[in-house]
Amino acid sequence: MLYIKCPHCGMRSQNEFSYGGDASVKRPELGKEVSDQDWDNFVYNRKSLRGKHWELWQHVSGCRQWIKVERDTATHEIFKTLKANEEISL
Amino acid sequence: MQKYSVFNLIKNALSNHENWDLAWKDPTPKKEYDVVIIGGGGHGLATAYYLAKEHKITNVAIIEKGWIGGGNVGRNTTIIRSNYMHDDNALFSEFGMDLWRRMSQDLNYNVMFSPRGIINLAHSDAQMNTYARRGNSMRLNGIDAVLLNREEVKEIIPMADFSENVRFPIFGGLMQPSAGTARHDAVAWGYARQADDMGVDIIQNCEVIGFDVSAGKINGVRTSRGDIKAKKIGLCVAGSTNILAEKLNMTLPIETHLLQACVSEPVKPVLDKVVTFGAGHFYISQSDKGEMVMGGDLDGYNSYAQRGNLPTLQHVLTEGIAMMPFLSKLKMLRTWGGIMDMSMDGSPIIDKTHIEGLYLNCGWCYGGFKATPASGWTFAHTIAQDRVHELNSGYSLNRFNTGHLLDEKGLGTKTWIS
Repeated sequence: MLYIKCPHCGMRSQNEFSYGGDASVKRPELGKEVSDQDWDNFVYNRKSLRGKHWELWQHVSGCRQWIKVERDTATHEIFKTLKANEEISL
Repeated sequence: MQKYSVFNLIKNALSNHENWDLAWKDPTPKKEYDVVIIGGGGHGLATAYYLAKEHKITNVAIIEKGWIGGGNVGRNTTIIRSNYMHDDNALFSEFGMDLWRRMSQDLNYNVMFSPRGIINLAHSDAQMNTYARRGNSMRLNGIDAVLLNREEVKEIIPMADFSENVRFPIFGGLMQPSAGTARHDAVAWGYARQADDMGVDIIQNCEVIGFDVSAGKINGVRTSRGDIKAKKIGLCVAGSTNILAEKLNMTLPIETHLLQACVSEPVKPVLDKVVTFGAGHFYISQSDKGEMVMGGDLDGYNSYAQRGNLPTLQHVLTEGIAMMPFLSKLKMLRTWGGIMDMSMDGSPIIDKTHIEGLYLNCGWCYGGFKATPASGWTFAHTIAQDRVHELNSGYSLNRFNTGHLLDEKGLGTKTWIS
């Protein structure tokens, strides 16, 4: 069982959250010419490495806010959680 | 190498089975090979076997970080099927079914292939329509498919919950009679033994540290047991694909996720089919030892842990008990996990890469075991001929760029919910 510290609600069990994928992926800026490669990187390509991983979770059975979580993909240790609008430091 | 036969069995019985040949050697890596396969799982071993058998390329090494067959080929739920709708998936896996049927004779190794049939249960009229469509697509591709109504399903699996007052009543199901199971370890060992016999070096406890790439060409691989030169290198590392891709400065449409499986205590024969629950994600079969072999959803977040978390297991088994209530009486014997290379459209990649001499075999999601022979056969062809075979032409890496996705389930890029 993972325990995730929601920045809005505090420490809660994994059962209250749903997963939203890699949080380091950024949508190409609107209004600019976007190359196919940039779109591929946004839509499909993922690093998905062993170790520290910034990811999105939604506190669906709680405050319903999206949050960012830094978790180790091998040990499941959670290092840090942020609100969705806070920038991650890679 | 001694042939496995009843005569040799009797002969060796006389000497207390102490004089059998080793099934494969433990060689020291040479400085150079024609082909190096990274990953000594089912797909890697099968690739080496078909390189030697079909293409007469025997100066081949398989390098494996751990021991052969210790990854997903030893961790799956042994299901073999070809019940796909899209042509590329259907024809590829039906080609594989043919190799499965001949495998024990081909490898002189009993892989205990058991074509017992698979039933996908339907729990609504809409789902029956969907299954009718999938069944028709399968039959157009020459694959056997039978649409069963509620009574027919009840005849075959009476232990499922057919009571009226349930959340997901059984409306019927789609059966592929020729699908089944095989002994997973035997598949790895059978391929290893034959590949070794034809001259392939199986090098275990040998970790890849880096690659030697220059001017867009692969020249070799750096390992924990020294540098090995090769003009052709094939990656067959399933859940570890992204780790090696990073060493090659590649980013792939793959995420690594964890899938759990479990077995119950052994019980007397009760279930002679593979059955899947249609209102969630749960599948079950009974092993030859009597254990109920079960699996279901991914753990739901990127993971390299190779062991599972309890909430997912609880969720999966809740579905199992909803489908077959007698399961609640069984004790759990073992649970375990394997790391899956989840591709962004749910279909695999067997292709060349932008680096000359580097070949990629990944993205099997949780369907890797059944694909073992077809994957090895087509990957061997791709490496030996330096071009993809018709059978794996749909499994290209650039389909994510061109838009020719093979999204069998229509789920999109959220790999963790598939």
